Amino acid sequence: MSESSFNRRKFLEGSAGAAAVAGLGTGSVLWSPSASAQTLALKPEKDAKLRVLRWSRFVQGDIDSYMVNVKKFTEKTGIDVRVDNEGWEDVRPKAAVAANTGAGPDIILSTNDDANLYPDKLLDVTDVCEYLGKKYGGWYPACLAFLKPDGKKWIGVPLGSAGSMMVYRGSVLKSAGFDAFPKTTDDFLKMAKAVKDKMPGGMALGNATGDGLWCNWLVWAFGGKLVDQNNKVVIDSPETAKALEYGKELYANFIPGTLSWLDPNNNKAFLDGQISYTNNGISIYYAAKNSQDPKVKEMAADIQHASFPVGPVGQPTESHLFFNQMIMKYTKYPQAAKAFLQFMMEQDQFAAWLTAAGGYIAPPLDAYAKIPVWTDDPKNTPYRDAVKNLRPAGYAGKLGYASAGAAADFIIVNMVAEAISGSKSPKEAMERAQKRAERYYRL
Amino acid sequence: MTALERLQNNRNALGMLFMLPAAVMLLLFLTYPLGLGTWLGFTDAKVGRPGVWVGLENYEFLWNDAVTRLALFNTLFYTVVASVIKFVLGLWLALLLNRNIRFKTFFRAVILLPYIVPTALSAIAFWWIYDAQFSIISWMLVKMGFIDKYIDFLGNPWNARLSTIGANIRRGVPFVAITLLAGLQTISPSLYEAGAIDGATGWQRFWNITLPLVMPATTTVVILSLIGGLRSFDLIWAMTRGGPGFTSDVIASVIYKQYQAGFYGLSTAGNVVLFVVVSIIIVPLSLFLNRRTTEA
Repeated sequence: MSESSFNRRKFLEGSAGAAAVAGLGTGSVLWSPSASAQTLALKPEKDAKLRVLRWSRFVQGDIDSYMVNVKKFTEKTGIDVRVDNEGWEDVRPKAAVAANTGAGPDIILSTNDDANLYPDKLLDVTDVCEYLGKKYGGWYPACLAFLKPDGKKWIGVPLGSAGSMMVYRGSVLKSAGFDAFPKTTDDFLKMAKAVKDKMPGGMALGNATGDGLWCNWLVWAFGGKLVDQNNKVVIDSPETAKALEYGKELYANFIPGTLSWLDPNNNKAFLDGQISYTNNGISIYYAAKNSQDPKVKEMAADIQHASFPVGPVGQPTESHLFFNQMIMKYTKYPQAAKAFLQFMMEQDQFAAWLTAAGGYIAPPLDAYAKIPVWTDDPKNTPYRDAVKNLRPAGYAGKLGYASAGAAADFIIVNMVAEAISGSKSPKEAMERAQKRAERYYRL
Repeated sequence: MTALERLQNNRNALGMLFMLPAAVMLLLFLTYPLGLGTWLGFTDAKVGRPGVWVGLENYEFLWNDAVTRLALFNTLFYTVVASVIKFVLGLWLALLLNRNIRFKTFFRAVILLPYIVPTALSAIAFWWIYDAQFSIISWMLVKMGFIDKYIDFLGNPWNARLSTIGANIRRGVPFVAITLLAGLQTISPSLYEAGAIDGATGWQRFWNITLPLVMPATTTVVILSLIGGLRSFDLIWAMTRGGPGFTSDVIASVIYKQYQAGFYGLSTAGNVVLFVVVSIIIVPLSLFLNRRTTEA
């Protein structure tokens, strides 16, 4: 690395780190798109072989296209790549074992704050991320929060996010006087009340790992947060109380039974025509579109998507499942592994992959927001900005063991469920969440 | 005589030698993990970071944690209620199957089916059965006019606890029944004949002949059922993930969540607690039941 490039990089990293903290949730892009050609010439090791562990596909197009890209990489470089798939929740323990024992896959595609649990065990991929960031219009701020935690070094390459957006039946909302999905929390509540007797909505309040993330949105939309920037637990606050009071009103309009809903429940209820709105990935639409059942297929035309309404804080406060690409430090082929990630993130491969996944994965780089898959079918468009509007679950603190512990323990989801269902008062629920979170943040 | 010949002629040395492979396996795969787990429970080990000794800190954390205490209550409640009902139903079923009924072999095979199905699949089936929107139980009760809205089986704390117990019972009864049936079949019919000649009533024959002689099988099913209940995780996790809130959490699900987040020291401390709880319950009970078996 030349001295000049080092200095320039340092400057960019410094600006990026500062901007990441200041701009989370605002959707700003840290680097403006650069028209100049970027180059990164990695020299893969001779006779390199790679093993990749990734989460199992959510939609078939994802894995089909991913494997086509893998094959292209092998043909181009001669590097053999083996790809293993695991359910996304099973990748975390496997990755942890690999990090602990120093043996296993060279590259792991993991989720959320995994990389922050063992940053010392991961290869520095700053060169790859800087190159991609400059070439493709810059990384969205959430990517830096997840994978550039110290503002200096990238510990993984962002892959994107499975957006959890508002999914609704256009005809039901229309019959209640709403031509489009409400953009503010106040209007959202009005809509929930208006459709209750026609076809109510419902969002998961059980311990749902993915679909329960709407509870983060609820708390953040009113200015509440689990921790402040110094990782001090501040969930017991007037802002959270306002969010819970609002949630109570919203819950009163839900279909009965949402307290036990896990991730698949809302999909089933929606596709069965029992609910008119919920939060979900694009999979409900995908399933309806590809259904063999004519009734369900017909529903696809009526399914619409929208971003989450914005609360009193005045900016998007969305919470989605984030995907990382980590190169383990123990790999014998670090250059080959970097070359693989670089190749997979280049436009020829990445755009094809996003397209094949049918909008299931939102891009982490601004340039990929312009590919046709997001506009060819306008129903895909809201999912495009999932990473752009994303806040990490440990907002506004640093990610690590404590944020992972709080998320795994469903602290926010359970606080919201307890308070809005009336089993606890908002004050009691907040105090319980505060105590429980403090235990993790003390450990 | 060479050393090898001396060894070959020494019963004690040969015995030790033959036991050595098993001892090595036990040391490697049982003692070492158990020892390491116990050690980790006294450290603050986290994923990707070796721990340092923190003494009883993890145990204090668990002791002062309301959710862990609730999980301990749920574990004991789940285990005791499920085990008692499984035993009563299993014994009743075993007595029925022990009669001379037609297609006896067929029924005995069929009854084992729920036990053969993998737990994960059973859990998914029960999750549907208890679904807030699609429950077949609710659907039937609504159709029959007993209720007018679906039961929230898994969304209410006590409903969730009882529903998971129900699933455990349905899965476990066949094993209890078949094991007790095996025990019943070892009882000589002449004992019942002698009892009948002496004028013993049906209840007296059951109490004084059947129950004492089925004691060895009873000991086995009670111990296995209790251990299974105390360690239970998969059914509950698949159906409720400890919810709503933390109200159906059991010790194993609390441990799992801590492990998932990378708190290895804390989660292994939870494992040690579970090990101690299982030992405190099982060891004295096992001694007691075995003594009763010997006396019988």
